[in-house]
Amino acid sequence: MSQTATDIVRISGHAGSVPGAGFNRESQVCKLVDTTTCIGCKACEVACLEWNGYAFSQTTFDNSYQTMPETAWNYWNLIKFNEHEREDGSMMLLMRKDQCMHCEEPGCLVACPADGAIVQYANGIVDFQEANCIGCGYCMSGCPFNIPKFSPTARKVFKCTLCNDRVSQGLEPACIKACPTGCLHFGTKPEMKELAETRAAQLRIHSGHPDAGVYDPPGVGGTHVIYVLHDAKHPELYGGLPRNPRIPLLVGLWKRPLRWLGNLGILAGAFGVFVHYLRFGPKIVKEDELKTDGEGL
Amino acid sequence: MNREPYLLPNGRVLRYSFHERLIHWMAGVSYVYLLLTGLAFWTPWLFWIAIVLGGGTTAREWHPWIGIVFALATCFMFNMWGRQMRETPSDKAWWASIGHYIRNEDEKMPSADRFNPGQKLLFWGFLGNGGLLLLSGLVLWFPQYIPWNLRLVRQIAVFVHAVCFLFTVALFIVHVYMGTAMERGAFGSVIRGDVSRAWANKHHHTWYRQLLRDSAAKE
Repeated sequence: MSQTATDIVRISGHAGSVPGAGFNRESQVCKLVDTTTCIGCKACEVACLEWNGYAFSQTTFDNSYQTMPETAWNYWNLIKFNEHEREDGSMMLLMRKDQCMHCEEPGCLVACPADGAIVQYANGIVDFQEANCIGCGYCMSGCPFNIPKFSPTARKVFKCTLCNDRVSQGLEPACIKACPTGCLHFGTKPEMKELAETRAAQLRIHSGHPDAGVYDPPGVGGTHVIYVLHDAKHPELYGGLPRNPRIPLLVGLWKRPLRWLGNLGILAGAFGVFVHYLRFGPKIVKEDELKTDGEGL
Repeated sequence: MNREPYLLPNGRVLRYSFHERLIHWMAGVSYVYLLLTGLAFWTPWLFWIAIVLGGGTTAREWHPWIGIVFALATCFMFNMWGRQMRETPSDKAWWASIGHYIRNEDEKMPSADRFNPGQKLLFWGFLGNGGLLLLSGLVLWFPQYIPWNLRLVRQIAVFVHAVCFLFTVALFIVHVYMGTAMERGAFGSVIRGDVSRAWANKHHHTWYRQLLRDSAAKE
């Protein structure tokens, strides 16, 4: 599961070829978050801060367990709490660990204009290379999950790396390591998908959650962080998890049809004026025209 | 605005005053910077332009500020030329014979005032697109302050900025071609300010006649 520079499949804002995929036998990694066994202890948040070297952030109090409204540039992993009232009047405390989803079709990478600022590795990790980031924030407009965050001090954008540095050394991500209930798992994508489906089936059959299922949204080509939800029909209950995330329509239009149309238009324009010059040449004023005009001077 | 006399003692005609030339080049130089850095952000194949101009981060930091300079220049231009750029009834006839203009059959063209309808299109095109570029650009300057539930604003800004950019590039290509290679004498008019009487008579006949009438009335 380790990766080197040869394992890169995509690079943002990059002209020309990319080192390429298909190097390894089974390289796709995946993090599985089972929201049904999460107890909201926030150990994963602490482990994330510890490993990545960030200070604890100021928390806000909003009459719930929610410590802050959303992830931040230096706070990549946040449990989202939702006190959900079910139809029968009973309460459920829904807890979801929010972090970068590491999309197979990453909106951030598609939107990014800076060469090498965002790379997608063959193992599925989408990582920001802050040395190449120009701080334009287009990734923030391309992401369907509200993950990339701008740092006002660094003037660059940061997000969860899926502990790329640990994974490349054969270790599991820090959050996985810290989870006390075992609701976090890490492995290859097929393994995690199978485990998630088994757990969802168990919830449906034995635990009275007929709508339990796996969240691995196809709109972004699947993700390298997947969830088991008690109610997969209503993902938005879990701290606003989008029902059908995809690259925003306008961002997609801008980067694909509009870019081709624009490039073609610019080239056609330059070619057009060149051909005009060859065909008709310049407008030259004959300085003696005025004399015959009679009224000139 | 134009206190300098139009008919110069050396027998030439003042086309653009110093003030007008200064504003034109304030817009021109800032636009070229915006165009080059914009092209760098537009396609990976041109990202090298940002490297040449001091690096991607520098280009990202400067682009909005130079955008403010361009917006200011555009405002000055509106103040300076807005009235003269208004559409007049004779513009339709000019557009109707645009084919003659393209084929350099200028003798068949209806006479133009100080600005011909093509120049008016350029002016209003840059003004309109410039306004939209400014609005969308302000959003793109500070995306971190647009809250998540208003993310559509960011997405619209990204798209509008790109579309308006393309429209200005189209105008720019034609403007630069006509101002340098095609209309001999036009480039000098926006550098030194003056044109020959024959040039003024040919390209802006209505304007030139008015100048002659005005100067005759003064004497």
